[in-house]
Amino acid sequence: MAPALQAHRDPALRSRIVTVLACLLLLWPMLVYSEFKPWILFDAQSMRATGAFLADFLTPAHSLEFLTMVLQQTWITVAIATCGLALALLGAIPATLLVTERLSISLLGTGRMRFGARLLRQCVRIVLILLRSVPELVWALLFVRIVGLGPTAGVIAIALTYCGMLGKVYAEILESSDAHASDSLLANGSSRLGALLYGALPESAAELVSYTVYRWECAIRGSAVMGFVGAGGLGQRMDESIKMMAGSEVATMLVMFVLLVAAADLMSKWLRKDLL
Amino acid sequence: MAATYRLEGLTVHHLATKPGGAPALHALDLVVEPGEQIALIGPSGAGKTTLLATLACAHQPTSGKLEVLGADPWTLAQKTRHGLRARLFLAPQTPPLPPRQRVVTAVLAARLPRWTLWQALSSLFKPADPRAAFEALARFGLGDKLYARVDRLSGGERQRCGLARVLLSQAEAFLVDEPLSALDPTLSQLTLTALQQEAAARNATLVCTLHQVEIARANFARIIGLRAGRIVFDAPREQVTDAMIAALYLNESMDAPMPAFHDSPERLAVGACL
Repeated sequence: MAPALQAHRDPALRSRIVTVLACLLLLWPMLVYSEFKPWILFDAQSMRATGAFLADFLTPAHSLEFLTMVLQQTWITVAIATCGLALALLGAIPATLLVTERLSISLLGTGRMRFGARLLRQCVRIVLILLRSVPELVWALLFVRIVGLGPTAGVIAIALTYCGMLGKVYAEILESSDAHASDSLLANGSSRLGALLYGALPESAAELVSYTVYRWECAIRGSAVMGFVGAGGLGQRMDESIKMMAGSEVATMLVMFVLLVAAADLMSKWLRKDLL
Repeated sequence: MAATYRLEGLTVHHLATKPGGAPALHALDLVVEPGEQIALIGPSGAGKTTLLATLACAHQPTSGKLEVLGADPWTLAQKTRHGLRARLFLAPQTPPLPPRQRVVTAVLAARLPRWTLWQALSSLFKPADPRAAFEALARFGLGDKLYARVDRLSGGERQRCGLARVLLSQAEAFLVDEPLSALDPTLSQLTLTALQQEAAARNATLVCTLHQVEIARANFARIIGLRAGRIVFDAPREQVTDAMIAALYLNESMDAPMPAFHDSPERLAVGACL
């Protein structure tokens, strides 16, 4: 029995143990460099500060003046997200049409794409990568220097990053949906846009809409974060409140964020139901 | 008037096949005149669908001569070739209809080659010519489904809905793949009659692949038997004997593996080698 089992030793076991050890070995210096010291959290002095800050959270600020200001800033945040996303769509939709291989007429019947078409696709793809590889926060920092403090920097930052993301994901959604309808339309002589409108879009409309609404939700969060670097909106106010350790104000604003995200979620659900 | 199709020594490979691999169609010779109605029969995997796709300019042949409506599509500029595709109508076996689309939109999509972008967009909002769509559907017994959604239709209704597109196209050749595969005998006859009448009315060529040999012999003047990528016979129906049919479908050996599927699963789902 024993020799027989030895002959059938699990061949994967050794490499698994080595992998685990290697991961631990790599993790250790990372923890050191990132100054990961969780025990500081439980230090008496920081406990007191945290306690006071958190206790403030229990009674969100609700003076009329403050609430009006929060609503105003919320509106600005939503506006930044919506404008940014709308501008992003302006760039992302044409980019999607250029990148999607699904709608290639030269591919039809030959399996090969024309050189020019391939080159253009690659170029647009690279532009999309460039746009989304720079974090929106970095774009915001750059544009705050250029156009000054305020919502404009946030709008441009969201437009640029999200153009890259939307263009990529739209193209992937279109390419992963069922090609039968659009292929058939192309084979019967319809144009690229015709095949898109009557074949590819109805196949993947719900996915596209739900992704867009999700991105809008992300844009709202993003515009809040960008507020911290001076791009206006609720984030900028929150930055001020946190710096003043005004827990009750921060709590009110966090509640506002939860409500916004919930609203986006509701909207996505409603739109999907309408489309499905 | 030029022949609708002229094929000389036409050999076709599947797109996925490596150079030097077995072709799907071997050196076919075929002349099809305008207005002819042809049934294409043969066992599964014989290359019927590939032949239809090749005739629709949706598949480039490897070698040989192909002439479609008087021109060689693969020497034409891409734009001209695409214009030629609008004069042919390929109806794949699985109806190419997005499930969430309305029937009226799906049928009117046959007009896309003629429409400007603006017409295409506005027809999504308000159907451009619901009357024409209704009349086309009524010919296939589907008039009451005009504003239904495609996913509410049964398999047979979807198939006829896909065929109703033919009537709204401006095609001079109908290339129809297995139009009866989801239909009962009564509907089969109705559907085939509608296709044949429309083709005759506009003097269009009709090439129809069929698995129902009896229906093919009863309705089509010319019958082509295809087996393993070669034309076994091409004859008027009076000359097609039962022995020829039996030989066409003869299974080389019952133990032999299933007919070679050169198609990847994705292609099979598409139903045509597009």
